[in-house]
Amino acid sequence: MKREGEVRIPSGCAISGVFSRDGGAIGGEVMIRSIETMHGRSNGLGGGFAGYGIYPQYREYYAFHVFFDDAAAKEPFERFLERHFDVVNLSKIPTRKIPEIVGEPLIWRYFVQPLPTRLSASQLDEREYVVRCVTRINTEMEGAYVFSCGKNMGVFKAVGYPEDVGRFYRLDEYEGTCWTAHGRYPTNTPGWWGGAHPFSILDLSIVHNGEISSYDANRRFIEMFGYKCSLLTDTEVIAYLFDYLVRRQGLSLEETANVIAAPFWSTIEAKPKEERERLTYLRNVFSGLLITGPFSILVGFEGGMMALNDRLKLRSMVVGETESRVYMASEECAIRAVEPNLDRVWSPRGGEPVIVRRNGGEEL
Amino acid sequence: MTISIDAAGKDFKTLGELVRAAGGDVEIKNCLGQRYLGAGARGKKITIQGVAGNALGAYLDGAEITVFGNAQEAVGDTMNRGLICIHGSSGDATGYAMRGGEIYVQGDAGYRAGIHMKAYGDQVPVLVIGGSAGSFLGEYQAGGVIVVLGIGCERRYPFNYFCGAGMHGGKIYVRCREVPSGLPEQVAARPAAEADLEEIRPYVRRYCGLFGADEAGLMAHPFYVLSPNTQNPYKQLYTSL
Amino acid sequence: MTELGKNGAKKSPLDFIGQEFEIDCRKDRCIGCGICAEQCSNGVFTYNRKERSIAIDDSRCVCCHRCAAMCPARALTVVRSRRAWRENAGWRGSDIDEITRQAGTGGVLLGSMGTPKEYPIYWDKMLINASQVTNPSIDPLREPMETRIFLGKKPDQIRRKPDGSIDTGLPPQLSAALPILFSGMSYGAISYPAHLALAKAAERLGTFYNTGEGGLHQDFYRYGAHTIVQVASGRFGVHRDYLEAGAAIEIKIGQGAKPGIGGHLPGLKIVGDISKTRMIPEGTDAISPAPHHDIYSIEDLRQLVDSLKEATSYQKPVIIKIAAVHNVAAIASGVARSGADIIAIDGFRGGTGAAPVRIRDNVGIPIELALASVDARLREEGIRNRISILAGGSIRNSADVVKAIALGADAVTIATGALIALGCHLCRSCQQGSCNWGIATQKPELAKRLDPEEGAERLVRLVTAWNHEIKEMMGGMGINSIEALRGNRAMLRGIGLSRKELDILGIAHAGE
Repeated sequence: MKREGEVRIPSGCAISGVFSRDGGAIGGEVMIRSIETMHGRSNGLGGGFAGYGIYPQYREYYAFHVFFDDAAAKEPFERFLERHFDVVNLSKIPTRKIPEIVGEPLIWRYFVQPLPTRLSASQLDEREYVVRCVTRINTEMEGAYVFSCGKNMGVFKAVGYPEDVGRFYRLDEYEGTCWTAHGRYPTNTPGWWGGAHPFSILDLSIVHNGEISSYDANRRFIEMFGYKCSLLTDTEVIAYLFDYLVRRQGLSLEETANVIAAPFWSTIEAKPKEERERLTYLRNVFSGLLITGPFSILVGFEGGMMALNDRLKLRSMVVGETESRVYMASEECAIRAVEPNLDRVWSPRGGEPVIVRRNGGEEL
Repeated sequence: MTISIDAAGKDFKTLGELVRAAGGDVEIKNCLGQRYLGAGARGKKITIQGVAGNALGAYLDGAEITVFGNAQEAVGDTMNRGLICIHGSSGDATGYAMRGGEIYVQGDAGYRAGIHMKAYGDQVPVLVIGGSAGSFLGEYQAGGVIVVLGIGCERRYPFNYFCGAGMHGGKIYVRCREVPSGLPEQVAARPAAEADLEEIRPYVRRYCGLFGADEAGLMAHPFYVLSPNTQNPYKQLYTSL
Repeated sequence: MTELGKNGAKKSPLDFIGQEFEIDCRKDRCIGCGICAEQCSNGVFTYNRKERSIAIDDSRCVCCHRCAAMCPARALTVVRSRRAWRENAGWRGSDIDEITRQAGTGGVLLGSMGTPKEYPIYWDKMLINASQVTNPSIDPLREPMETRIFLGKKPDQIRRKPDGSIDTGLPPQLSAALPILFSGMSYGAISYPAHLALAKAAERLGTFYNTGEGGLHQDFYRYGAHTIVQVASGRFGVHRDYLEAGAAIEIKIGQGAKPGIGGHLPGLKIVGDISKTRMIPEGTDAISPAPHHDIYSIEDLRQLVDSLKEATSYQKPVIIKIAAVHNVAAIASGVARSGADIIAIDGFRGGTGAAPVRIRDNVGIPIELALASVDARLREEGIRNRISILAGGSIRNSADVVKAIALGADAVTIATGALIALGCHLCRSCQQGSCNWGIATQKPELAKRLDPEEGAERLVRLVTAWNHEIKEMMGGMGINSIEALRGNRAMLRGIGLSRKELDILGIAHAGE
């Protein structure tokens, strides 16, 4: 059977996220309980989490989470890592044996910093250097797959129901300031754990629900800029679109939303001149990055979280707020299950991003 | 008022913008190969010191350009009206597809001078080359007048090979003593008669005025006229399927 | 008296070819009105007014159906002739006819419109996707469905003003309401009313028509906002007002039907307005040299692009039109780096008003393969965003348009389809200049048969219908804006194609 990446697998999903505005700690079990409520939106073929603020003691280091097919794949990976990075800590990621999760690969974690000499010789910005190294590992090194590489954050994912995945990774033992979770409903088995979500690049992580119809147009556009869509999933391409627009083009998240869920021309025409020109520019210049078809996504990033629906709003999305926390999920039940007393609950409109940032936090 | 522009270190785009921005006449100093100078220009004088780059005066529409120095390729490409005067030599494809206006080259012109020159209505383009022309002089010529004076030319006639290839209109006047050889079947050559000489006299006079040559001396020398051979046109080439 | 053949040579029995078509005239219906004789410019019918009888010379028939369409009694049908050759898979009847013709005249065979030979049509070997369950199809009548396109260069990097807002300045763009433009056809190759119909239709549809290389008639300057003005090697009619009149300037390097060769409009067709528009005297031959003589290399192309931009103060996008030839991908990549804004690729099966038959039928490659390889190459080099792609040369219907865009085109160009809407019956006799439908002719009595207003409306109806169909297919795929279809090759599957063909097209096989 072909595994994910060799074949494109459509899927439906459940997504959920929680963000602490004041930086107060949120235990991983909160997210497990939330996503568990939407059990019926998953089918046991993929689940995962992204936690932010979980590695405060290593906040200056890139945390690489890595799957190895076997011990033989680990050795060349580590040789590569040592040539390019200063590795300050490495260990197996702690897991709990449970009957629901089987067939796990070797799962390791490395805290690293680029080697200064290699970095300066590459003439790249530090983050670009990390991205290129990770892309190289994931496309060229048989049996090794880096599925998380941000600072002070980490992705945990597996084949299984998301609540089981959370227990397997002992997420109840982590505390963070922001969590996202994903329960997947693929049409067929991904064959390996790398196909589960979230998908991340540096500290940007995406969970996504829906199957986009613009996939190959988006993929072929983004691959012009050094990205390699090796999983063939919507989530992967959306993560790259965000990385390209935000990190490389310097667009704000709002502007990014105007690109990927651009307003219809008739809506743009009705705007005041300056706004019309801005929206026309973004839609024209980045026309290859317009996403069509149903999607709802949660984007996690350092210091904030964002929700966005497709412009026709073909997928559900609910936002709930308390003074200190913001919840975003496919269904209201996933929010109420962990926070019955919400100040405000609403459904964002299609194409209108909801962006929350840490109090006093900087604009991304 | 003439605005002076120092071209040193400026690219063609910057220079072009400055020329367009100057409402009136301009003088460009230290020109070193910047292209498209005076493209499409109307109603102004442009004086250039130095080497004028490719496509000087392309689509020229009435402006007057004078170059003190040599000009590179495609001088007056598709020009419609105006005057280009080069105190020096010009490169290949001088006067390419020009429909009107006049180009005077003091010295030599490169390959394919006057290629696909046309004429239309009251517009009769004129290309006068003081020295010699390269091969393919008047290739595809469809109209207009080319005059090659051959000043300083030691050869029997002042151009190289394949003159008039594909010529189907216009005239080429060549100052030489014998009928040029090697012309294609579709081009006829004959010694210039008095009426022919009268036709080119104003252009020779203008050349002499511009560059200080001796009109009487030049005109005293025999000329040959090359024109499309009506006895042998490009027909019977095709059969309809 | 000696009978003379078409080219004036003495007619011999050896020149006998026989008629290709026959006029089936039902005497029981014919009312002897003589309209057929009046309508046929090829001299098939001779009318005897006194006897109200009609004599028919089938050998002159080109199968344009004008007579049948105009016959008030519906008495006429054009049928294939029953003439036979002894069966021979190697030497077909057409091979024999062509040799006979050339032996009789010594001429280069001249034909028109796209090649009639049987070459693969890849459009028909690709199937389009539709949504089922995993994402929804969209009803274009109910939901918004967008086909607006922008053609032109996009910046590699956005710029911001000092206040932090985005600098929305861009190189010049062409905006069309739908992804279909009319390809270049010169006034000269087609008639005044045909040009006028195209201009009016382009304006009403919110798209563009293209002057071809014949210049722009004074009457049509008012359609300038919907006009692409062409600059070809002959530079006919090219001057500053012309360059400034259009919405964009197209440099024609080549044409799909006749790559690598120039054009020759004989002097006898350079009459009246044609002479004025081309800006050459009446009766002189209009020869377009094979290459532009200021372009002998790729860096020279940049020079022509720049000179046109200088002459028009950088206000007009520049299109480079090339024929689809073997190394089209490398050429396109060079074009993308030349400063041009748009590349138009014209496929091997594209039409022409006149082309040497051997060139038309044997030189170039199909647009589908050319387009796929150009789009892939530009993406591999990361420069697809620097240039927009127009694909043309055998786009027959809206499904072809959808497939072209999914392969990577920004928009398509149509010409043959547009002419058929104006009445063309593809008799492939344009080169003779006596088009009975008033399209490919300069004879006033024939040209006036085409009503430009009716023609414009027919074009508008055709393109509008196609656009509806495009929206319908997009909706089926769950795509509600045309840019999400562009280059979306996952929406295509090959049927009956080899692995190599699939690789070039960059698509999977049906069932994969």
